[in-house]
Amino acid sequence: MPSLHALANPRRFLSIARPLTPLLVWGGLALFAFGCWAGLTQTPADYLQGDSVRILYVHVPAAWLGMGGWSSLAIASIVFLVWRHPLAAVAARAIALPGALFTALCLATGSIWGRPTWGTWWQWDGRLTSMLLLFFVYLAYLALARADADRDGDGRIPALFGIAGTALLPVIRYSVLWWRTLHQGPSITLTKSTIDPAILWPLFFTAGGASLLFGGIVLMRMRADLARIKAEARMRRRAAV
Amino acid sequence: MSPKRQRMALALLAVVAIVGAVLLAMSALGDEAAFFYAPADAASAPLDKPVRLGGMVAPGSVARDADGVTIRFTVTDGKASVPVRFAGIVPDLFRENSGVVAEGRFVAGGGFVADNLLAKHDERYMPPQVAGKMHKSESIAK
Repeated sequence: MPSLHALANPRRFLSIARPLTPLLVWGGLALFAFGCWAGLTQTPADYLQGDSVRILYVHVPAAWLGMGGWSSLAIASIVFLVWRHPLAAVAARAIALPGALFTALCLATGSIWGRPTWGTWWQWDGRLTSMLLLFFVYLAYLALARADADRDGDGRIPALFGIAGTALLPVIRYSVLWWRTLHQGPSITLTKSTIDPAILWPLFFTAGGASLLFGGIVLMRMRADLARIKAEARMRRRAAV
Repeated sequence: MSPKRQRMALALLAVVAIVGAVLLAMSALGDEAAFFYAPADAASAPLDKPVRLGGMVAPGSVARDADGVTIRFTVTDGKASVPVRFAGIVPDLFRENSGVVAEGRFVAGGGFVADNLLAKHDERYMPPQVAGKMHKSESIAK
């Protein structure tokens, strides 16, 4: 795969990432803001939940990105372990923090929605518990990656942890189907949606916008990490002279 | 096999093994991880232990006692139904033909006494006009 190898060159990666970062961040913010505005003013309320249905425009993208973040972290970890390319390790480390943030956002918005809808802030049902576990797994990865970097590790242990963490993803996805849970079943699958189109459409804007924003944050963190590695290498060279 | 191929095979094997192990563990866990008992398995539920009972509020079953606080209704899952007694404030979304999870205990004689009610929302979201067309029951449209 020549294209993948070309992108794996840090210099070429930076020449693409540098102009792409503001596009992703500002484009993502604009789309997300438009989706939120449309979701707050342009859609009808739900027949049962009333206006609290509108929190789904933030909750659902946050849940998707919390889980999608771990999938991409795991893919980057596999690429790092198999091809031994350091840029993949940089990517995996960069994904962990926004992934944890979106997972936390999903838990917080879900809790706020649960209070008026279910009548409780929190219950230990299958979906809520497995999503909370994913948040803790993100925190564990962040700590592990930091510890590994501090001790000049080769990054293999965080990468293995990244692969092992994928075990949670099917549990979260199917928790509402395998077990009786308080959380409702999936509203949106690949082929159909049980959310009325009149309510659904702003979700595409907020989900698209949040995804672009996620990508922008990852690129920013990758660039910062690459700059740090470069600066440290220079310091070490200078110290050696 | 080149070392890279070997690592690739190992990584793929690891992913398949992890996901497979989790799927097996989860399906073995089965009902142990359920959040509530369904009316159909009420017979196997322990008496006088704090548990949850979940299902649909049977249409036409909600009745209020003379004290004005206690309500009685029937929770059904289509196969069986359990009469529930509850004294307290019900959640906004508690209504007939809608999902409910009651926290409380089964009592002798096949009933359930609830200390707390949670409304269970389903995966359908729609504006009141659409809901009104689908079933002419109550809706928040005024």
